[in-house]
Amino acid sequence: MKYTKDHEWLRVEGDLVVVGITEHAATQLGDVVFVELPEVETMVTTGDEVVVIESVKAASDILAPLDGEIVDVNQKIVDNPALVNEDPTGIAWFFKMRIDDLSVLDDLMDEDEYADLIG
Amino acid sequence: MSKQENNALLRLPSHDLHVELGGKMVPFAGYNMPVQYPMGVMGEHLHTRAKAGLFDVSHMGQILAYPTGDMEELALDLERLMPIDVLGLAPMRQRYGVLTNDAGGILDDLMIAHRGDHYLIVVNAACKAADFAHLQGQLTRAKLTMCSDRELLALQGPRAEAALAQIIPDVVAMRFMDVAIFGDIWVSRSGYTGEDGFEISIPNDQASAFARRLLSLPNVAPIGLGARDSLRLEAGMPLYGHDIDATTSPIEAGLSWAISKARRAGGARAGGFAGAARIIDELSNGTSRLRVGLRPDGRAPMREGVVLLDGDTPMGRITSGGFSPSLNAPIAMGYVPPKLAEIGTQIIGDLRGKPNPLRVCALPFHPTHYKR
Repeated sequence: MKYTKDHEWLRVEGDLVVVGITEHAATQLGDVVFVELPEVETMVTTGDEVVVIESVKAASDILAPLDGEIVDVNQKIVDNPALVNEDPTGIAWFFKMRIDDLSVLDDLMDEDEYADLIG
Repeated sequence: MSKQENNALLRLPSHDLHVELGGKMVPFAGYNMPVQYPMGVMGEHLHTRAKAGLFDVSHMGQILAYPTGDMEELALDLERLMPIDVLGLAPMRQRYGVLTNDAGGILDDLMIAHRGDHYLIVVNAACKAADFAHLQGQLTRAKLTMCSDRELLALQGPRAEAALAQIIPDVVAMRFMDVAIFGDIWVSRSGYTGEDGFEISIPNDQASAFARRLLSLPNVAPIGLGARDSLRLEAGMPLYGHDIDATTSPIEAGLSWAISKARRAGGARAGGFAGAARIIDELSNGTSRLRVGLRPDGRAPMREGVVLLDGDTPMGRITSGGFSPSLNAPIAMGYVPPKLAEIGTQIIGDLRGKPNPLRVCALPFHPTHYKR
Protein backbone atom coordinates (compact mmCIF):
# COMPACT_ATOMS: atom_id res chain seq x y z
CA MET A 1 0.00 0.00 0.00
CA LYS A 2 1.21 3.55 -0.85
CA TYR A 3 0.15 6.85 0.72
CA THR A 4 -0.13 10.54 -0.18
CA LYS A 5 0.35 13.53 2.10
CA ASP A 6 -3.39 14.17 1.62
CA HIS A 7 -4.07 10.95 3.56
CA GLU A 8 -5.12 8.78 0.65
CA TRP A 9 -4.02 5.18 0.27
CA LEU A 10 -3.32 3.54 -3.13
CA ARG A 11 -3.28 -0.18 -3.86
CA VAL A 12 -2.39 -1.79 -7.18
CA GLU A 13 -5.01 -4.28 -8.38
CA GLY A 14 -4.05 -5.84 -11.73
CA ASP A 15 -3.40 -2.90 -14.03
CA LEU A 16 -5.56 -0.52 -11.95
CA VAL A 17 -4.92 1.62 -8.87
CA VAL A 18 -7.52 1.53 -6.08
CA VAL A 19 -7.77 4.74 -4.02
CA GLY A 20 -9.31 5.40 -0.60
CA ILE A 21 -8.66 7.45 2.53
CA THR A 22 -6.64 6.33 5.52
CA GLU A 23 -7.89 5.35 8.94
CA HIS A 24 -6.26 8.54 10.24
CA ALA A 25 -8.18 10.69 7.73
CA ALA A 26 -11.46 8.95 8.50
CA THR A 27 -10.97 9.52 12.23
CA GLN A 28 -10.14 13.18 11.68
CA LEU A 29 -13.20 13.71 9.50
CA GLY A 30 -15.56 12.17 12.02
CA ASP A 31 -18.89 10.65 11.07
CA VAL A 32 -19.13 10.71 7.27
CA VAL A 33 -22.68 11.48 6.11
CA PHE A 34 -22.29 12.16 2.38
CA VAL A 35 -19.95 11.17 -0.44
CA GLU A 36 -20.04 12.44 -4.01
CA LEU A 37 -17.91 10.41 -6.41
CA PRO A 38 -16.65 11.36 -9.89
CA GLU A 39 -18.21 9.93 -13.04
CA VAL A 40 -16.46 6.95 -14.56
CA GLU A 41 -14.42 7.50 -17.71
CA THR A 42 -13.34 10.94 -16.40
CA MET A 43 -9.75 11.93 -17.16
CA VAL A 44 -8.17 13.58 -14.12
CA THR A 45 -4.93 15.37 -13.34
CA THR A 46 -3.05 15.12 -10.04
CA GLY A 47 -4.60 17.55 -7.56
CA ASP A 48 -8.02 17.74 -9.23
CA GLU A 49 -10.88 17.72 -6.74
CA VAL A 50 -12.56 14.45 -7.60
CA VAL A 51 -14.55 13.54 -4.50
CA VAL A 52 -16.59 15.59 -2.04
CA ILE A 53 -16.84 14.04 1.37
CA GLU A 54 -18.99 15.54 4.11
CA SER A 55 -18.87 14.66 7.76
CA VAL A 56 -21.25 15.97 10.40
CA LYS A 57 -18.64 18.66 11.02
CA ALA A 58 -17.42 19.83 7.61
CA ALA A 59 -16.98 19.30 3.89
CA SER A 60 -13.65 18.10 2.49
CA ASP A 61 -12.30 17.42 -0.98
CA ILE A 62 -10.41 14.32 -2.02
CA LEU A 63 -7.82 15.08 -4.70
CA ALA A 64 -6.75 12.90 -7.60
CA PRO A 65 -3.44 11.40 -6.41
CA LEU A 66 -2.16 10.73 -9.97
CA ASP A 67 -2.88 11.59 -13.59
CA GLY A 68 -5.16 9.04 -15.21
CA GLU A 69 -8.70 7.88 -15.90
CA ILE A 70 -11.38 7.09 -13.34
CA VAL A 71 -12.64 3.66 -14.41
CA ASP A 72 -14.76 2.57 -11.45
CA VAL A 73 -16.34 4.13 -8.34
CA ASN A 74 -17.66 2.53 -5.16
CA GLN A 75 -21.43 3.07 -5.06
CA LYS A 76 -21.54 1.31 -1.66
CA ILE A 77 -20.11 4.37 0.13
CA VAL A 78 -22.60 6.67 -1.60
CA ASP A 79 -25.45 4.49 -0.37
CA ASN A 80 -23.93 4.06 3.09
CA PRO A 81 -21.37 6.80 3.89
CA ALA A 82 -20.79 5.38 7.38
CA LEU A 83 -18.74 2.60 5.75
CA VAL A 84 -15.94 5.17 5.35
CA ASN A 85 -15.58 5.27 9.13
CA GLU A 86 -16.12 1.55 9.61
CA ASP A 87 -13.63 0.16 7.08
CA PRO A 88 -11.75 2.97 5.28
CA THR A 89 -8.94 0.77 3.94
CA GLY A 90 -11.14 -2.15 2.90
CA ILE A 91 -14.76 -2.12 1.79
CA ALA A 92 -14.89 1.71 1.63
CA TRP A 93 -12.50 2.30 -1.28
CA PHE A 94 -13.41 5.42 -3.30
CA PHE A 95 -12.46 4.89 -6.94
CA LYS A 96 -10.22 2.92 -9.30
CA MET A 97 -7.91 4.62 -11.77
CA ARG A 98 -6.08 3.51 -14.89
CA ILE A 99 -2.71 5.19 -15.20
CA ASP A 100 -0.06 5.01 -17.91
CA ASP A 101 2.86 3.96 -15.83
CA LEU A 102 2.46 2.22 -12.46
CA SER A 103 6.07 3.06 -11.56
CA VAL A 104 4.96 6.60 -10.52
CA LEU A 105 3.68 4.95 -7.36
CA ASP A 106 7.28 4.46 -6.31
CA ASP A 107 7.46 8.20 -5.56
CA LEU A 108 4.68 7.98 -2.96
CA MET A 109 5.14 7.21 0.73
CA ASP A 110 5.28 3.69 2.04
CA GLU A 111 3.64 2.62 5.30
CA ASP A 112 6.56 3.69 7.52
CA GLU A 113 6.90 7.08 5.90
CA TYR A 114 3.18 7.69 6.25
CA ALA A 115 3.25 6.62 9.89
CA ASP A 116 6.00 9.23 10.44
CA LEU A 117 3.86 11.89 8.72
CA ILE A 118 0.88 11.44 11.02
CA GLY A 119 3.19 11.04 14.03
CA MET B 1 -3.12 25.73 14.53
CA SER B 2 0.41 25.83 15.92
CA LYS B 3 1.18 25.15 19.57
CA GLN B 4 2.07 28.80 20.04
CA GLU B 5 -1.34 29.98 18.82
CA ASN B 6 -2.98 27.42 21.07
CA ASN B 7 -1.20 28.91 24.05
CA ALA B 8 -2.81 32.28 23.41
CA LEU B 9 -6.21 30.68 23.93
CA LEU B 10 -7.90 30.83 27.28
CA ARG B 11 -8.28 27.55 29.14
CA LEU B 12 -11.51 26.40 30.67
CA PRO B 13 -11.27 25.76 34.42
CA SER B 14 -12.05 22.09 33.66
CA HIS B 15 -9.55 21.87 30.78
CA ASP B 16 -7.72 18.90 32.29
CA LEU B 17 -10.97 16.97 32.68
CA HIS B 18 -11.81 17.47 28.99
CA VAL B 19 -8.37 16.23 27.95
CA GLU B 20 -8.67 13.26 30.29
CA LEU B 21 -12.05 12.41 28.74
CA GLY B 22 -10.43 12.36 25.30
CA GLY B 23 -11.88 15.70 24.18
CA LYS B 24 -10.54 17.03 20.91
CA MET B 25 -9.68 20.62 21.80
CA VAL B 26 -10.15 23.38 19.22
CA PRO B 27 -10.10 27.18 19.33
CA PHE B 28 -13.55 28.75 19.72
CA ALA B 29 -14.36 32.33 20.75
CA GLY B 30 -10.87 32.71 22.22
CA TYR B 31 -11.08 29.53 24.28
CA ASN B 32 -9.64 26.08 23.88
CA MET B 33 -12.85 24.07 23.76
CA PRO B 34 -13.77 20.38 23.36
CA VAL B 35 -15.42 20.00 19.93
CA GLN B 36 -16.03 16.30 20.44
CA TYR B 37 -15.13 13.33 22.62
CA PRO B 38 -14.35 9.78 21.47
CA MET B 39 -18.10 9.04 21.02
CA GLY B 40 -18.10 11.47 18.06
CA VAL B 41 -20.53 14.20 17.05
CA MET B 42 -23.21 11.82 15.75
CA GLY B 43 -23.11 9.59 18.83
CA GLU B 44 -23.02 12.55 21.22
CA HIS B 45 -25.97 14.16 19.49
CA LEU B 46 -28.11 11.03 19.66
CA HIS B 47 -27.02 10.37 23.24
CA THR B 48 -28.29 13.82 24.27
CA ARG B 49 -31.63 13.23 22.53
CA ALA B 50 -32.03 9.81 24.20
CA LYS B 51 -30.35 10.23 27.62
CA ALA B 52 -28.38 13.14 29.07
CA GLY B 53 -25.43 15.12 27.74
CA LEU B 54 -23.08 17.27 29.81
CA PHE B 55 -21.67 20.37 28.09
CA ASP B 56 -19.05 22.80 29.36
CA VAL B 57 -20.22 26.23 28.23
CA SER B 58 -18.01 28.21 30.58
CA HIS B 59 -16.90 30.41 27.70
CA MET B 60 -20.25 32.19 27.91
CA GLY B 61 -20.56 35.39 29.90
CA GLN B 62 -22.39 35.41 33.23
CA ILE B 63 -23.12 38.99 34.21
CA LEU B 64 -24.62 40.00 37.55
CA ALA B 65 -26.53 43.28 37.61
CA TYR B 66 -27.37 44.67 41.05
CA PRO B 67 -29.50 47.82 41.22
CA THR B 68 -28.02 50.79 43.05
CA GLY B 69 -31.63 51.91 43.56
CA ASP B 70 -34.53 49.46 43.31
CA MET B 71 -35.20 46.55 40.97
CA GLU B 72 -37.99 48.39 39.14
CA GLU B 73 -35.65 51.18 38.07
CA LEU B 74 -33.13 48.67 36.82
CA ALA B 75 -35.85 46.74 34.99
CA LEU B 76 -36.94 49.91 33.20
CA ASP B 77 -33.31 50.73 32.30
CA LEU B 78 -32.87 47.22 30.90
CA GLU B 79 -36.05 47.67 28.87
CA ARG B 80 -34.34 50.53 27.00
CA LEU B 81 -31.80 47.98 25.71
CA MET B 82 -34.12 45.07 24.93
CA PRO B 83 -37.60 44.76 23.38
CA ILE B 84 -38.75 42.45 26.15
CA ASP B 85 -40.81 42.76 29.31
CA VAL B 86 -38.19 42.91 32.06
CA LEU B 87 -40.46 44.62 34.58
CA GLY B 88 -42.99 41.79 34.38
CA LEU B 89 -40.40 39.06 34.84
CA ALA B 90 -41.32 37.27 38.07
CA PRO B 91 -38.69 36.53 40.71
CA MET B 92 -36.76 33.29 40.02
CA ARG B 93 -37.88 33.22 36.39
CA GLN B 94 -35.81 33.88 33.28
CA ARG B 95 -36.63 35.06 29.79
CA TYR B 96 -34.94 35.01 26.39
CA GLY B 97 -34.08 38.42 25.01
CA VAL B 98 -32.02 40.32 22.48
CA LEU B 99 -29.88 43.40 22.95
CA THR B 100 -30.68 45.69 20.05
CA ASN B 101 -28.80 48.57 18.45
CA ASP B 102 -30.35 51.86 17.28
CA ALA B 103 -30.82 50.43 13.79
CA GLY B 104 -32.87 47.55 15.18
CA GLY B 105 -30.11 44.98 14.65
CA ILE B 106 -29.17 42.38 17.24
CA LEU B 107 -26.07 43.04 19.34
CA ASP B 108 -26.46 39.70 21.12
CA ASP B 109 -29.07 37.26 22.29
CA LEU B 110 -29.22 36.30 25.94
CA MET B 111 -31.06 34.92 28.92
CA ILE B 112 -32.02 37.27 31.72
CA ALA B 113 -33.03 35.91 35.13
CA HIS B 114 -34.75 37.79 37.97
CA ARG B 115 -33.08 36.60 41.14
CA GLY B 116 -34.87 38.55 43.84
CA ASP B 117 -32.55 41.51 44.43
CA HIS B 118 -30.60 41.40 41.15
CA TYR B 119 -30.54 40.09 37.59
CA LEU B 120 -28.28 37.44 36.10
CA ILE B 121 -27.66 37.87 32.37
CA VAL B 122 -26.05 35.06 30.37
CA VAL B 123 -24.57 36.15 27.04
CA ASN B 124 -22.59 34.68 24.15
CA ALA B 125 -18.85 34.16 24.55
CA ALA B 126 -17.80 36.12 21.47
CA CYS B 127 -19.94 39.12 22.54
CA LYS B 128 -19.38 39.14 26.27
CA ALA B 129 -16.76 41.91 26.45
CA ALA B 130 -18.78 44.17 24.15
CA ASP B 131 -22.01 43.35 25.97
CA PHE B 132 -20.46 44.15 29.32
CA ALA B 133 -19.16 47.50 28.04
CA HIS B 134 -22.57 48.27 26.50
CA LEU B 135 -24.44 47.43 29.69
CA GLN B 136 -21.89 49.31 31.79
CA GLY B 137 -22.34 52.40 29.62
CA GLN B 138 -26.13 52.26 29.53
CA LEU B 139 -27.11 51.06 33.00
CA THR B 140 -26.31 54.02 35.20
CA ARG B 141 -28.29 52.65 38.13
CA ALA B 142 -26.61 49.24 38.36
CA LYS B 143 -23.44 47.63 39.59
CA LEU B 144 -22.28 44.99 37.12
CA THR B 145 -19.96 42.06 37.65
CA MET B 146 -18.69 39.56 35.09
CA CYS B 147 -18.44 36.23 36.91
CA SER B 148 -15.01 34.96 35.87
CA ASP B 149 -14.87 32.69 38.89
CA ARG B 150 -17.73 30.43 37.78
CA GLU B 151 -18.05 27.63 35.26
CA LEU B 152 -21.25 27.12 33.34
CA LEU B 153 -22.30 23.54 32.64
CA ALA B 154 -25.36 22.40 30.71
CA LEU B 155 -27.01 19.06 31.36
CA GLN B 156 -29.50 18.32 28.59
CA GLY B 157 -31.75 15.47 27.60
CA PRO B 158 -34.68 13.37 28.84
CA ARG B 159 -32.60 11.87 31.67
CA ALA B 160 -31.12 15.21 32.78
CA GLU B 161 -33.65 15.72 35.59
CA ALA B 162 -33.09 12.31 37.12
CA ALA B 163 -29.32 12.74 36.87
CA LEU B 164 -29.13 16.21 38.42
CA ALA B 165 -31.63 15.18 41.12
CA GLN B 166 -29.07 12.65 42.35
CA ILE B 167 -27.02 15.63 43.53
CA ILE B 168 -29.68 18.33 43.99
CA PRO B 169 -33.05 16.61 44.63
CA ASP B 170 -35.04 19.88 44.58
CA VAL B 171 -34.43 20.49 40.86
CA VAL B 172 -37.37 18.19 40.11
CA ALA B 173 -39.73 20.97 41.23
CA MET B 174 -38.33 23.40 38.63
CA ARG B 175 -40.26 24.16 35.44
CA PHE B 176 -38.94 25.36 32.08
CA MET B 177 -37.27 28.79 32.54
CA ASP B 178 -37.30 28.64 36.34
CA VAL B 179 -34.10 29.62 38.09
CA ALA B 180 -32.96 28.56 41.55
CA ILE B 181 -30.03 29.04 43.88
CA PHE B 182 -28.73 26.04 45.82
CA GLY B 183 -25.93 27.42 47.99
CA ASP B 184 -23.01 28.13 45.64
CA ILE B 185 -24.77 26.47 42.72
CA TRP B 186 -27.08 28.42 40.41
CA VAL B 187 -29.46 26.42 38.25
CA SER B 188 -31.83 27.34 35.43
CA ARG B 189 -34.14 24.92 33.65
CA SER B 190 -33.19 25.83 30.10
CA GLY B 191 -30.66 25.10 27.43
CA TYR B 192 -29.71 25.19 23.77
CA THR B 193 -30.70 21.76 22.52
CA GLY B 194 -34.51 21.71 22.48
CA GLU B 195 -34.47 19.09 25.22
CA ASP B 196 -35.48 19.43 28.84
CA GLY B 197 -32.41 20.23 30.87
CA PHE B 198 -30.50 22.60 33.07
CA GLU B 199 -27.75 25.15 32.98
CA ILE B 200 -25.63 25.01 36.10
CA SER B 201 -23.33 27.80 37.24
CA ILE B 202 -20.78 26.66 39.77
CA PRO B 203 -17.60 28.08 41.34
CA ASN B 204 -14.52 27.13 39.32
CA ASP B 205 -12.91 25.21 42.19
CA GLN B 206 -15.95 22.91 42.54
CA ALA B 207 -16.77 22.48 38.88
CA SER B 208 -14.61 19.52 37.83
CA ALA B 209 -15.64 17.45 40.85
CA PHE B 210 -19.30 18.26 40.13
CA ALA B 211 -18.90 17.34 36.45
CA ARG B 212 -17.21 14.06 37.43
CA ARG B 213 -20.09 13.21 39.73
CA LEU B 214 -22.57 13.75 36.91
CA LEU B 215 -20.42 11.81 34.44
CA SER B 216 -20.23 8.87 36.85
CA LEU B 217 -23.99 8.39 36.44
CA PRO B 218 -24.97 5.75 33.88
CA ASN B 219 -26.93 7.99 31.48
CA VAL B 220 -24.61 11.01 31.41
CA ALA B 221 -21.90 11.48 28.76
CA PRO B 222 -19.69 14.47 27.91
CA ILE B 223 -20.78 16.33 24.77
CA GLY B 224 -18.67 18.71 22.68
CA LEU B 225 -19.36 21.86 20.70
CA GLY B 226 -19.95 19.89 17.49
CA ALA B 227 -23.07 18.21 18.83
CA ARG B 228 -24.10 21.41 20.62
CA ASP B 229 -24.27 23.01 17.18
CA SER B 230 -26.20 20.18 15.50
CA LEU B 231 -28.62 19.98 18.46
CA ARG B 232 -29.44 23.69 18.42
CA LEU B 233 -29.77 23.61 14.63
CA GLU B 234 -32.36 20.81 14.86
CA ALA B 235 -34.11 22.85 17.57
CA GLY B 236 -34.30 25.78 15.12
CA MET B 237 -32.35 28.08 17.42
CA PRO B 238 -30.26 30.84 15.86
CA LEU B 239 -26.53 31.06 16.50
CA TYR B 240 -25.23 34.57 17.07
CA GLY B 241 -22.67 35.71 14.49
CA HIS B 242 -24.14 33.29 11.95
CA ASP B 243 -27.96 33.34 11.87
CA ILE B 244 -28.30 36.67 13.64
CA ASP B 245 -26.00 39.69 13.92
CA ALA B 246 -25.95 43.48 14.16
CA THR B 247 -27.60 43.77 10.73
CA THR B 248 -30.51 41.36 11.28
CA SER B 249 -33.56 42.55 13.17
CA PRO B 250 -35.33 40.19 15.56
CA ILE B 251 -38.36 40.25 13.24
CA GLU B 252 -36.31 39.20 10.21
CA ALA B 253 -34.73 36.53 12.41
CA GLY B 254 -38.12 34.99 13.23
CA LEU B 255 -37.83 36.08 16.85
CA SER B 256 -41.08 38.09 16.96
CA TRP B 257 -42.27 35.70 19.68
CA ALA B 258 -39.54 37.13 21.91
CA ILE B 259 -40.88 40.70 21.59
CA SER B 260 -43.09 41.04 24.66
CA LYS B 261 -46.66 42.28 24.26
CA ALA B 262 -45.98 45.11 26.70
CA ARG B 263 -43.33 46.53 24.36
CA ARG B 264 -45.33 46.34 21.13
CA ALA B 265 -47.59 49.03 19.70
CA GLY B 266 -50.50 49.42 22.12
CA GLY B 267 -48.62 47.68 24.94
CA ALA B 268 -48.23 49.07 28.47
CA ARG B 269 -44.65 50.20 27.76
CA ALA B 270 -44.63 50.22 23.95
CA GLY B 271 -41.35 51.10 22.23
CA GLY B 272 -38.69 52.97 24.14
CA PHE B 273 -35.98 50.43 23.31
CA ALA B 274 -33.03 50.69 20.94
CA GLY B 275 -34.18 50.19 17.36
CA ALA B 276 -37.88 50.46 18.31
CA ALA B 277 -38.85 52.42 15.19
CA ARG B 278 -37.72 49.65 12.84
CA ILE B 279 -38.81 46.74 14.99
CA ILE B 280 -42.33 48.03 15.66
CA ASP B 281 -42.73 48.97 12.00
CA GLU B 282 -41.62 45.48 10.92
CA LEU B 283 -44.05 43.84 13.36
CA SER B 284 -46.98 45.40 11.50
CA ASN B 285 -45.61 45.94 7.98
CA GLY B 286 -43.29 42.98 7.56
CA THR B 287 -39.67 42.72 6.48
CA SER B 288 -37.74 42.26 3.25
CA ARG B 289 -36.30 38.94 4.40
CA LEU B 290 -37.07 36.20 6.90
CA ARG B 291 -35.11 33.43 8.56
CA VAL B 292 -36.59 30.07 7.54
CA GLY B 293 -35.89 26.37 7.97
CA LEU B 294 -34.70 24.57 4.85
CA ARG B 295 -34.56 20.90 3.88
CA PRO B 296 -32.12 20.25 1.00
CA ASP B 297 -33.11 17.54 -1.47
CA GLY B 298 -30.73 14.60 -1.48
CA ARG B 299 -28.15 13.87 1.18
CA ALA B 300 -25.53 16.57 0.64
CA PRO B 301 -25.34 19.04 3.53
CA MET B 302 -25.71 22.68 2.45
CA ARG B 303 -23.75 24.82 4.86
CA GLU B 304 -23.30 28.44 5.87
CA GLY B 305 -22.56 30.67 2.89
CA VAL B 306 -24.49 28.72 0.25
CA VAL B 307 -26.20 31.27 -2.02
CA LEU B 308 -29.97 30.87 -2.50
CA LEU B 309 -31.32 31.74 -5.94
CA ASP B 310 -34.56 33.07 -7.39
CA GLY B 311 -34.06 31.92 -10.97
CA ASP B 312 -30.47 33.02 -11.61
CA THR B 313 -30.59 35.93 -9.16
CA PRO B 314 -29.11 35.58 -5.66
CA MET B 315 -31.86 36.38 -3.15
CA GLY B 316 -30.55 35.01 0.13
CA ARG B 317 -28.08 32.72 1.73
CA ILE B 318 -27.75 29.86 4.17
CA THR B 319 -26.56 31.01 7.58
CA SER B 320 -26.33 27.60 9.30
CA GLY B 321 -26.47 24.17 7.80
CA GLY B 322 -25.35 20.65 8.36
CA PHE B 323 -26.52 17.13 8.82
CA SER B 324 -29.33 16.26 11.20
CA PRO B 325 -28.56 13.02 13.06
CA SER B 326 -32.20 12.79 14.25
CA LEU B 327 -33.68 13.14 10.74
CA ASN B 328 -30.74 11.40 9.03
CA ALA B 329 -30.88 14.16 6.43
CA PRO B 330 -29.34 17.56 5.75
CA ILE B 331 -30.99 20.63 7.32
CA ALA B 332 -30.28 24.34 7.12
CA MET B 333 -31.48 27.81 8.05
CA GLY B 334 -31.19 30.92 5.97
CA TYR B 335 -32.77 34.16 4.87
CA VAL B 336 -35.21 34.47 1.98
CA PRO B 337 -37.67 37.17 0.82
CA PRO B 338 -41.13 36.82 2.45
CA LYS B 339 -42.78 35.73 -0.82
CA LEU B 340 -40.51 32.64 -0.74
CA ALA B 341 -40.86 32.00 2.99
CA GLU B 342 -44.09 29.96 2.85
CA ILE B 343 -43.73 26.41 4.17
CA GLY B 344 -43.25 24.04 1.23
CA THR B 345 -41.82 26.60 -1.20
CA GLN B 346 -39.10 25.09 -3.34
CA ILE B 347 -36.01 27.21 -3.82
CA ILE B 348 -32.62 26.55 -5.38
CA GLY B 349 -29.24 26.74 -3.69
CA ASP B 350 -25.86 26.89 -5.38
CA LEU B 351 -24.06 23.80 -4.11
CA ARG B 352 -20.46 23.95 -5.35
CA GLY B 353 -21.62 25.40 -8.65
CA LYS B 354 -24.53 23.00 -9.12
CA PRO B 355 -28.18 23.90 -8.49
CA ASN B 356 -29.64 21.88 -5.62
CA PRO B 357 -33.30 22.26 -4.58
CA LEU B 358 -34.33 22.95 -1.00
CA ARG B 359 -37.78 23.17 0.52
CA VAL B 360 -38.82 25.74 3.11
CA CYS B 361 -39.99 23.96 6.26
CA ALA B 362 -41.24 24.75 9.74
CA LEU B 363 -38.84 25.23 12.65
CA PRO B 364 -37.89 23.40 14.77
CA PHE B 365 -36.78 20.43 12.68
CA HIS B 366 -37.01 18.17 15.71
CA PRO B 367 -39.78 18.61 18.33
CA THR B 368 -38.76 20.29 21.55
CA HIS B 369 -39.30 18.61 24.92
CA TYR B 370 -39.54 21.17 27.69
CA LYS B 371 -40.99 20.62 31.16
CA ARG B 372 -43.66 23.31 31.17
